[in-house]
Amino acid sequence: MYTTELQKQAGVTTAEPAELLAAFEARVAADEFIEPKDWMPDAYRRTLVRQMSQHAHSEVVGMLPEGNWITRAPSLRRKAVLLAKVQDEGGHALYLYSATETLGTSREEMIDALHSGRAKYSTIFNYPTLTWADIGAIGWLVDGAAIMNQVPLQRTSYGPYARAMVRICKEESFHQRQGYEIMMALAVGTPEQKRMAQDALNRWWWPSLMMFGPPDDNSPNSAQSMRWRIKRDTNDQLRQKFVDVTVPQAEAIGLSVPDPDLKWHEDTGHYTFGAIDWEEFYAVVRGEGPVARERMQARRKAWDDGAWVRDAATAHAEKRSRRQAA
Amino acid sequence: MSDQAYFDYLLRLGDDSLVLGQRLGEWCGHAPTLEIDLSLANVALDLIGQATYLLGHAGTVEGAGRDADRLAFHRDALDFRNCLLVEQPNGDFAQTMARQFLFSTYQRLLFQELAGSTDADLAAIAAKAVKEVAYHADLAAGWVVRLGDGTPESHRRMAGGMEWMARFVDELFVMDALETGLHARGLAVDRAGLRPAFDATVAATLAEATLPPLPAHRPVTGGRKGHHTEHLGHLLAPMQHLQRTYPNAVW
Ligand SMILES: [Fe+2]
Ligand SMILES: [Fe+2]
Repeated sequence: MYTTELQKQAGVTTAEPAELLAAFEARVAADEFIEPKDWMPDAYRRTLVRQMSQHAHSEVVGMLPEGNWITRAPSLRRKAVLLAKVQDEGGHALYLYSATETLGTSREEMIDALHSGRAKYSTIFNYPTLTWADIGAIGWLVDGAAIMNQVPLQRTSYGPYARAMVRICKEESFHQRQGYEIMMALAVGTPEQKRMAQDALNRWWWPSLMMFGPPDDNSPNSAQSMRWRIKRDTNDQLRQKFVDVTVPQAEAIGLSVPDPDLKWHEDTGHYTFGAIDWEEFYAVVRGEGPVARERMQARRKAWDDGAWVRDAATAHAEKRSRRQAA
Repeated sequence: MSDQAYFDYLLRLGDDSLVLGQRLGEWCGHAPTLEIDLSLANVALDLIGQATYLLGHAGTVEGAGRDADRLAFHRDALDFRNCLLVEQPNGDFAQTMARQFLFSTYQRLLFQELAGSTDADLAAIAAKAVKEVAYHADLAAGWVVRLGDGTPESHRRMAGGMEWMARFVDELFVMDALETGLHARGLAVDRAGLRPAFDATVAATLAEATLPPLPAHRPVTGGRKGHHTEHLGHLLAPMQHLQRTYPNAVW
């Protein structure tokens, strides 16, 4: 999950039969999967559509910062691996759009919501990829954070979502590894390469921590989502886990995490870390990220430029079925 | 033992795949649908894979210590041996599909023959690649038909794409002295011999797509000698940027 949007009030539901609601809550509490044909509260459906489509959009928009380096990848192997990785992300978007469609919202509607700015995607993709090291940092940190978020969602209450997450998680660990491997190569490379690697970590560290969403005390619907098993850990729990796992990885390759307040505590077995600039996070959520305009422009352009292709495919399919019928 | 002629031949094969793979990579994230995005990335991946094997083999044959990356990233346009067709700009999706259809149809025939090369290494590379290329050719043919026989706009664009690419087709089938010599040694394919099958496939697909035959045009050639169109330099500049800027770095 790429949690971005400020948790909106799920909305108070009116006149939902109490016994259906109770049965639903009991099934979820018993860790049963809810399937598309099952009865579900309106707010559950709406929250899922928002969360899942946001995740799908994040996969699509996420292709852009990395796609930016495919033509410039510094070896044939790196080029192939990056192509495969970005292709996977497109595949993730497809699984997620299909899973969301089972809730009664079409892919067209979702894409329209993205292009009109009604739907959000992860804030992380509104940061630019300036050097090759950014490709390493994204795989390592952004896919790493995504894994933290997504692994628990393999047991989320909505069946199609959980099953999509199982497929996706299999690929995410490869993404994380290829990113870390890029960073490793840079970190033991020439002074220029080390500089690139450290600079990328400096720029991507804080935005990666923000990927887990607002702090728990400012995340009003978390409790509801946890009870519905749409979310399985709180934002802060996941963020802590990410820091605990990632800091030693940075140290192992001789990079320093850009946080003077970062401190290891032997007694708790956890790091404490400096304050996150939530003003920046909320600004990026509002669409004020450094390359938010470029990202949306690219998505809209691809969609608009491709309209004639989609029209042609439809027209041809119709001609074909008419001919077959004749 | 270095075999300059055969090295050159392998560059011709490898550069075709490399340059087209590089071109297709430009589409990533910008295609008309997600499904198309994925299929273009798939084709690009196959082509980059072929280039890696073919250029790697070329480096071995040359025997001068150059590996696939060295050959891909440290040669200038004059030393590239790809055909002019693959370096043509993506244009719109119809132009990309015209280029893909013409090239993959040719490459499929070529690799079918090369799978019987007397060089076991090349034969193995070609045998593996021919399956991938068959898929590329079918994918592209499918789009040529869909776009040609779609809407008036897609028909116009598809015809335009073919018109752009047509002048680069003859080059695919030119046998020069170098290849004639290699052919006699069982190492190279007789390109001219592939032409009838190519023409038949193209004619059938264009007819199904309700498109006119490829327009006759004075052939534009030169790629195999390193004389390219203006587009190649612009393709190589970003591709080679990091390797050229940091020549001693390992990535
Ligand atoms: Fe993904
Ligand atoms: Fe990923």
